[in-house]
Amino acid sequence: MSKLTLNDLTKIRKQTQGINTNPNITRLMICGGTGCHATGSIKVKQALVEEIEKKGLSDTVKIVETGCNGFCALGPLLVVQPEGIFYVKLKSEDIPELIQEQIINNTPVKRLLFKDPATKKRIAKQDDISFFAHQMPRALRNKGQIDPEKIDDYIARDGYIAIVKVLKEMKPDDIIKEMTTSSLRGRGGAGFPTGMKWDFARKSEGETKYVLCNADEGDPGAFMDRSILEADPHCVLEGMTIAAKAINANKGYIYCRTEYQLAIKRLKIAIKQAKEYGLLGKNILNTGFDFDIDIYQGAGAFVCGEETALMRSIEGKRGMPRPRPPFPAHKGLWEKPSILNNVETFSNVPQIMIKGGDWYASVGTEKSKGTKVFALSGDVNNIGLVEVPMGTTLRSLVFDIGGGIAKKRKFKAVQLGGPSGGSVPEHLLDTPVGYEEIAKIGAIMGSGGAIVMDDKTCMVDMARFFMDFIQDESCGKCTPCREGTLRMLQILEKICEGKGEPRDIKDLEELSHVIHQSALCGLGQTAANPVLSALKYFRNEFDAHVIDKRCPAKRCIAMLKFEIDPDLCKKCGLCFKSCPADAITWKKKEVALIDKEKCIKCMSCFDKCQFDAIF
Amino acid sequence: MTCFIKPHHDDITQTMWQKINIVIETNKYTSGAIITVLRECQEIVNYLPVELIDYIADGMSLPRSEVFGVVSFYSLFSLKPKGRHTIKVCTGTACYVKGIREVINRIEGEFDLKEGGTTEDRRFSLECVRCLGACGLAPVMVVGEDTHGDIAAENVIKSLEDYK
Repeated sequence: MSKLTLNDLTKIRKQTQGINTNPNITRLMICGGTGCHATGSIKVKQALVEEIEKKGLSDTVKIVETGCNGFCALGPLLVVQPEGIFYVKLKSEDIPELIQEQIINNTPVKRLLFKDPATKKRIAKQDDISFFAHQMPRALRNKGQIDPEKIDDYIARDGYIAIVKVLKEMKPDDIIKEMTTSSLRGRGGAGFPTGMKWDFARKSEGETKYVLCNADEGDPGAFMDRSILEADPHCVLEGMTIAAKAINANKGYIYCRTEYQLAIKRLKIAIKQAKEYGLLGKNILNTGFDFDIDIYQGAGAFVCGEETALMRSIEGKRGMPRPRPPFPAHKGLWEKPSILNNVETFSNVPQIMIKGGDWYASVGTEKSKGTKVFALSGDVNNIGLVEVPMGTTLRSLVFDIGGGIAKKRKFKAVQLGGPSGGSVPEHLLDTPVGYEEIAKIGAIMGSGGAIVMDDKTCMVDMARFFMDFIQDESCGKCTPCREGTLRMLQILEKICEGKGEPRDIKDLEELSHVIHQSALCGLGQTAANPVLSALKYFRNEFDAHVIDKRCPAKRCIAMLKFEIDPDLCKKCGLCFKSCPADAITWKKKEVALIDKEKCIKCMSCFDKCQFDAIF
Repeated sequence: MTCFIKPHHDDITQTMWQKINIVIETNKYTSGAIITVLRECQEIVNYLPVELIDYIADGMSLPRSEVFGVVSFYSLFSLKPKGRHTIKVCTGTACYVKGIREVINRIEGEFDLKEGGTTEDRRFSLECVRCLGACGLAPVMVVGEDTHGDIAAENVIKSLEDYK
């Protein structure tokens, strides 16, 4: 393939648009994200291919394997375009019926449609489902719309127009001005203004500069970056190229978690295709500008999400942070000026260049503009990836988009910002999404993980969980983080084992403040946040553990008796059936009984009991 | 070719040594490539014995101590042999909230296996990993290349039966 000229690019766009929007062609968009692959979308796709061929429909029906659609819990997913009919949880056995009814008879197969958890009604069209209806896709604008392994599909959706504009019409100053107008802030969590960051690096002197993309998505419960890379890898490459032009860099790295194999595979394909078209590499679009991107696979260290640690890791060293200044804009990778942005940040850049900074800033709150992608998971009905305008309330996120709490349980908290964040209780759910707004209530926006927890979750245990995580991932370089988090973990473990003393809580608070003030990097400085927010909003649970030696949510094994309350037991036998150790005796119409000698305390019966009869 | 003397090691065959040499040769002159080399060598041998780490360090002209430091820092690298099937249980927040701890307890009990350990017959290794990014399917376990979503203590042993 020879390098493209501007005319070629326009031609490809028009041609592919013509095919992809042809109303006479039905397009079956089968989700090929990690989630749907795991639930069997590859088999479903195979069945589709066979059935289409068998029925002789190959001319009018096209099958497109897209990236992550976002509604991961209901996979494998299929969207029939142009009608937008949304099918969930497909199996290969369903395909003959689906093709016969949907394609040949043009009537949706009701039993395979999405069922609204609140109204129990089947909904045919994707746009009518509340999960999608409240969203505003910008960073995710191409999810489910294109085949991520085909560059032409991306071009048809206005891909690489921004590069043409930037390279042919704009000076670095213009790019940075547009970024500043957009008020885009770092989507990795810290929220540093992107335009300002680029400006520092542009003004920094040096022949060699680097553009780095942070795809080391380490926060547990966050999968935004994975989904973007899987569904729309080219937009990240385009965003990075624009950044490179702005700061005059010729080399870029994408630092990606090695766990994200599908994302890495698609990135590699995307880089190869972009190079073949001359949209990446030497002399891009014959403008004389060179920019090349390499993928660097991480090796499993949470701290490598910190910018200086990430750079050390690319250099092939232990990924330990170093004090700043000097900031990476002056001395970054290999001591050269570098900028590091997160995947979601880069994916917003091409749109800002095409539509302008004012367009981007037209939604949002006073200080947080644009949209934010959240990975909604946990005990919520609709689990998946959502993109909402800044300013949307957390309540809307959990209840309108998330469809409320699963299994008819009660909402307890939503955890934002992973191990650096905090839990937001019910009475603060009307807080709008925004960096300052969320920080004010003791959590952080973070990279976008939003884990909903129901009343079966013990907040002391969750605090212990996050401290265990931090302690495990602490790199050990600075004492406050290495030793302080260990001490905090030991105290929390003690409390969970029912051995807590009143002064433990005071110690936790004191340690939190010391670590916050003295740790070297962001990981340590924010390590105590989950504990502090739990203490602030769920103090009663700590008190119950420490003073009454009782775990109200019944999660802390040491405080459970493993007995059945005969008044609450409905004699259903579910606990009996779930017990792996034959420790429960039960007969029809009789209260179950746990034999403590045989009980292995595995908690299976607690999970199964619908009536909270086991304590 | 790399001309350092190959140490003898029971778990590394001649073919493996040849592949290792190719990996070292390809990356020798790229700065920062050590993590890539270690990863690819681990894929060949299935773990990183100290003898191999030293061999790689010599081949890449890096201090042995520095390379060992890299190996011990990143959780991807293993100094101990792994089982034929590695069970990676996700201990991310979403999986934790949805009960992965009970699943881990069940696996440990059934196979007399501890986190980070390998069964005596080298059938399974058990690793607790941080978020796999498949929170939509929580709780999640990955066996070899296969992702199992929505697992529970009751069904986990059955899902593992096919891995011999």
